[in-house]
Amino acid sequence: MQLAREDLLTAYRTMALIRVFEERVQREMSSGDIPGSTHLYAGQEASAVGISMHLGDMDRVASTHRGHGHSIAKGCDVDGMMAEIFARSTGICHGKGGSMHIADLDKGMLGANGIVGGAAPIACGAALAARMTGSGAVAVAYSGDGGFNQGTMAESLNLARVWDLPVIFAIEDNGFAEATASSWAVAGDIVARGAAYGIPAERVDGTDVFAVHEAAGRAVARGRAGDGPTLLHIMVPRYLGHFSGDSDTYRTPDEKRAMRTDRDCLKVFRDKVLPAGLLEMDQLDAIDAEVAALVDGSVVAARAAPRPDPATVATDVYVSYP
Amino acid sequence: MPRKSFRQALNEGLRLEMRRDPRIFVMGEDVAGGKGASGEQDAWGGAFGVTKGLLAEFGPERVRDTPITESAFVGAAAGAAMAGMRPVVEIMFVDFMGVCFDQIFNQAAKFRYMFGGKAVTPMVLRATFGAGTGSASQHSQALYPLFTHIPGLKVVVPSTPYDAKGLLIEAIRDDDPVIFLEHKAMYDDVGDVPDGAYVVPFGEAAVLRDGGDVTIVAFGRMVGRAMEAAARLARDGIEATVVDPRTTSPLDIDTIIETLEETGRLVIVDEAYPRCGMAADIAGIIAEEAFGLLKAPIRKVTPPHAPVPYAPELEAAYIPSVERIEAAVRGVVGWSR
Repeated sequence: MQLAREDLLTAYRTMALIRVFEERVQREMSSGDIPGSTHLYAGQEASAVGISMHLGDMDRVASTHRGHGHSIAKGCDVDGMMAEIFARSTGICHGKGGSMHIADLDKGMLGANGIVGGAAPIACGAALAARMTGSGAVAVAYSGDGGFNQGTMAESLNLARVWDLPVIFAIEDNGFAEATASSWAVAGDIVARGAAYGIPAERVDGTDVFAVHEAAGRAVARGRAGDGPTLLHIMVPRYLGHFSGDSDTYRTPDEKRAMRTDRDCLKVFRDKVLPAGLLEMDQLDAIDAEVAALVDGSVVAARAAPRPDPATVATDVYVSYP
Repeated sequence: MPRKSFRQALNEGLRLEMRRDPRIFVMGEDVAGGKGASGEQDAWGGAFGVTKGLLAEFGPERVRDTPITESAFVGAAAGAAMAGMRPVVEIMFVDFMGVCFDQIFNQAAKFRYMFGGKAVTPMVLRATFGAGTGSASQHSQALYPLFTHIPGLKVVVPSTPYDAKGLLIEAIRDDDPVIFLEHKAMYDDVGDVPDGAYVVPFGEAAVLRDGGDVTIVAFGRMVGRAMEAAARLARDGIEATVVDPRTTSPLDIDTIIETLEETGRLVIVDEAYPRCGMAADIAGIIAEEAFGLLKAPIRKVTPPHAPVPYAPELEAAYIPSVERIEAAVRGVVGWSR
């Protein structure tokens, strides 16, 4: 626990913000005002936050369909994200992308991604650019346990090692690929798979932001030093269903209740910092109130925002097209 | 004007652009060749020798041999492009894009639109295409319609060494993802090619011959066959206009319509499959936008709806021939209600 007070506050605030954001989106989905579906990150917050605390805007992340948490942790504007999810013209992608395509290139967020396994090659490319320009930046390829089975992942692990790319494969294992348990669908062992490519790999408790922060720190340092890729197998709970309309009957009520009581990164954080006297209860309560108001405001603003002009349906397909 | 092969023209285009802009790099399977081996480096210069010699001038950082992992390195090109680089990727055969199609059409092609106009993805995917070399079904296809179908991609099919160089330089300077397809039976074709850098703009068809009786639209290797058919027909007093659109996306439909104002008859020659191919696409657009100009039905000259065969007799029967183009033209010129 080497985090400065400022960092502790940032870590808690970002995790709490993601939690409130996701649970609010889940509630708003039932209002019928959000098109399509969303894949929510509640429960997994410590992973994105522990990693992103090491990253600046020049570092790039390529995300998954479950990308809200990665986006918030990477600094994407919460109002813009909520407006995007509500399909408004003020959205971060002007209503063209929605939940699964939130991106902000200025923040190094190369996009959530609707294709499972789609992001790893893209992150390798961002890492290649960093290597070729000598910028010292790193890239993060987020994936779930489901995405880790895709062929793109094997290809990307191989390429990252062959070219010593400064890329961190952050494999967030929430136990389920959609409705299929990773204990059944993933052959062998995720850490061993990384190691088989000669990539330093370790398993991390994804409910403990301190553990993630430490492991990610080693990975980022390795990348910045020119020593190539790292794989982190991050164990996280997925509080909600695979997608917002998932009846989630393949998991028992006990199982779901237990993960909220026993595997809650916010509770783990409080239990570590409060008894140690690193932060005061008041400070955390104040953060809870602040992020609740922030998310509330984002929903109010999104609902009031204009819908996209139908005339923009075919704009921004190309940079130029005669 | 110096005479150069299609292969030399492409090599020169790459070399000139790489000298101009350090963000440009090439990667692909054996674009140098010999990586990690103890013998010759730059042993191949790509499967067809197009990138030969670039390694010596630009070094292994900018001339990158890749493992055989198309999804990884095509996706990496997209990621590098979004991060400020300008990759030119070689895929040995367009057929192999089957293994990395997601990275092309779900990722690179859509970043700009999905992200609300913020992303710029300047990348070129070069690949060989086309039948005629006895390479059978998985190394011979003319898949440019597949890519033309996808919004966000530009698609280039050059038919001369001059166009190949100018269109490649344009592709490298373009800020959108470009699919650049080179017919593998044309690399040794020779033509006039200036030494310096120049561009051939996208979406501007070349009118290669003017005639009042029929418009023949052709792509890639079919352009030469269309020209030969036109020469034969001229001996019988049938005068053909021959149009090479040069890019299938964007497509210069205006030039085709302008020629139809004079000819009123249209034959489209396409090495791609007949269903949803360029011939079908252009026929559909003309039927919708220029129906009143037509004096006869539109005729398509394409392969059958079948994979490319291996045996020389079958392959010859498969690829549109000069004779079939000639017969199609005679059919529309002689057509009456």
